[in-house]
Amino acid sequence: MSSMEQLYQQLILDHAKSPHGKGLLETYEAESFQVNPTCGDEVRLRVHLAADASGGTVVDRVGWDGQGCSISQASVSVMSELVTGAPVATADLLGETFKALMHTRGEGLDDQSEDLLGDATAFTGVARYPARIKCALLGWMALRDALVQTGVTQEEKA
Amino acid sequence: MTATLEPQAPGRRSALTSAELAAVRADFPLLSRTVRGGRPLVYLDSGATSQKPDVVLDAEQDFYLQRNAAVHRGAHQLAEEATEAFEQARVEVATLVGAAADEIVWQPNATAAINLVAYAMSNATLGRGGRAARRFALQPGDEIVVTEAEHHANLVPWQELCARTGAVLRWIGVDDDGRLRTDELGTVVTDRTRVVAFSHASNVTGAVTDVGAFVRRAQEVGALTVLDACQSVPHLPVDLHALDVDLAAFSGHKMLGPTGVGALYGKREVLAAMPPVLTGGSMVEVVTMETTTYAPPPQRFEAGSQMVAQAVGMGAAARYLHELGMDAVAAHEEQIAALLVDAVAAVPGVRILGPTDTRDRLAAVSFVVDGVHAHDVGQVLDDAGVAVRVGHHCAQPLHRRLGVAASTRASAAVYTTAEEVAVFAEALGRVRPFFGLSDQGES
Repeated sequence: MSSMEQLYQQLILDHAKSPHGKGLLETYEAESFQVNPTCGDEVRLRVHLAADASGGTVVDRVGWDGQGCSISQASVSVMSELVTGAPVATADLLGETFKALMHTRGEGLDDQSEDLLGDATAFTGVARYPARIKCALLGWMALRDALVQTGVTQEEKA
Repeated sequence: MTATLEPQAPGRRSALTSAELAAVRADFPLLSRTVRGGRPLVYLDSGATSQKPDVVLDAEQDFYLQRNAAVHRGAHQLAEEATEAFEQARVEVATLVGAAADEIVWQPNATAAINLVAYAMSNATLGRGGRAARRFALQPGDEIVVTEAEHHANLVPWQELCARTGAVLRWIGVDDDGRLRTDELGTVVTDRTRVVAFSHASNVTGAVTDVGAFVRRAQEVGALTVLDACQSVPHLPVDLHALDVDLAAFSGHKMLGPTGVGALYGKREVLAAMPPVLTGGSMVEVVTMETTTYAPPPQRFEAGSQMVAQAVGMGAAARYLHELGMDAVAAHEEQIAALLVDAVAAVPGVRILGPTDTRDRLAAVSFVVDGVHAHDVGQVLDDAGVAVRVGHHCAQPLHRRLGVAASTRASAAVYTTAEEVAVFAEALGRVRPFFGLSDQGES
């Protein structure tokens, strides 16, 4: 399989064609709008939180709208599936792990991390193309920004 | 310059022979490298930046190895030689564009050159530059005219100048073919217009502007003309005196020269009346604790240490193009433009942004592929070794006007070959099938 075929996994092409979570929520606690200024790709994402049975906070729903390349659109689509219903702490961990994956130059992460990421490991090949990493991260950046706005996630200590 | 190339007689219209083209390519070492697992590079991104011939690299290296010294100061031999190299480069650049040497101001790039004009006008508006500079002073209600096709570099500085002075920005529109609506000049350019800033050729559509129509209308109302010549100087014979624009900007790195250097052209009397922007060393006559008098142009606009080696490199690039003959360069690129347009038009589900004829257009062709984002198009081309530009090419308003957010652009230069266009065409044909789209244009 060529690098390009590894980049465009079937799962990515499928999500790009039929994205999940697309459509803005009417009820939401926070919204984030992110653009990739080099190509004009954009995503607007809204997040709705809920309390779970044990009193913790979960990402009840995310909804988004946007335009962009197949990588950016598929990535926010896969992310929507992964974080819907997940505790906020898990969503944060997923975001951190995905970011780490994008810095592996295509080598991938350890098994435990890849198990956590599930379908999002399909984006491993993106990390071989530095210009495309921002595309894959666009939706994750929107989610993190929205969660920070709600106050449930602390801003990163740089 | 390789020995096989003879300087061309002025007025020659024939394109490069295949031997001449091979000799040109041999002057550009980078063009023979491979990319992405051994594929020969097909460089179709010269609109973003051109590759550099040996003579440019040699000129810069020779300057540092043999002549390096501070210019326009010092009385030692190296200082003399460095100053001579720096000023000779100015002559070479001036010669290429039909200007006098003292009408060429070194700038870091074309963006800086256009900002220099805008800030000089700001300073004139504040009363700097005395009586002579009043022609540049703006007041609320004055108008600055640009076009909807401009690169952000020839748009944003004018928006900012308007915000600082109360002047109003207006613009000439673009038709569905990406051509400027020169028919609007009579109504958009009025007695209130003080500046008409426009590009010689679009970096997106490749459409070449009818400069004469703009200049005639601007002169009727007494407006200053500012030409963005970044896309024309590397590809067409440009005679700034004949075009009769007041000011023009172009960059070194798009015309086979180094990065970090560009030029502002100004008619002698226009530059003479313009107040300085950056002030400090090298641009003064007499400095006391209270006040300073300024050097005449071009030094008045060259404060501080200059990018001397890059200027020498840009001079070498100008000489290289001049010796090839810009008529021959333009004739060659006209053939490449026709091949590029035909190649893109032949692929199902692909639409050209801008003119589909080859009249008054450069070998820069932007297009959209139905159902496939420009980034993804660029990725498939890259996999075939083909380097193109993807995105909005620093021209968001033009893309918005043409109804798209982003496009893919293939742009050529003097070293581009028909074989390269064929590799590009073949790879472009694979894009929609790769993303599972049929060839019927339905997605």
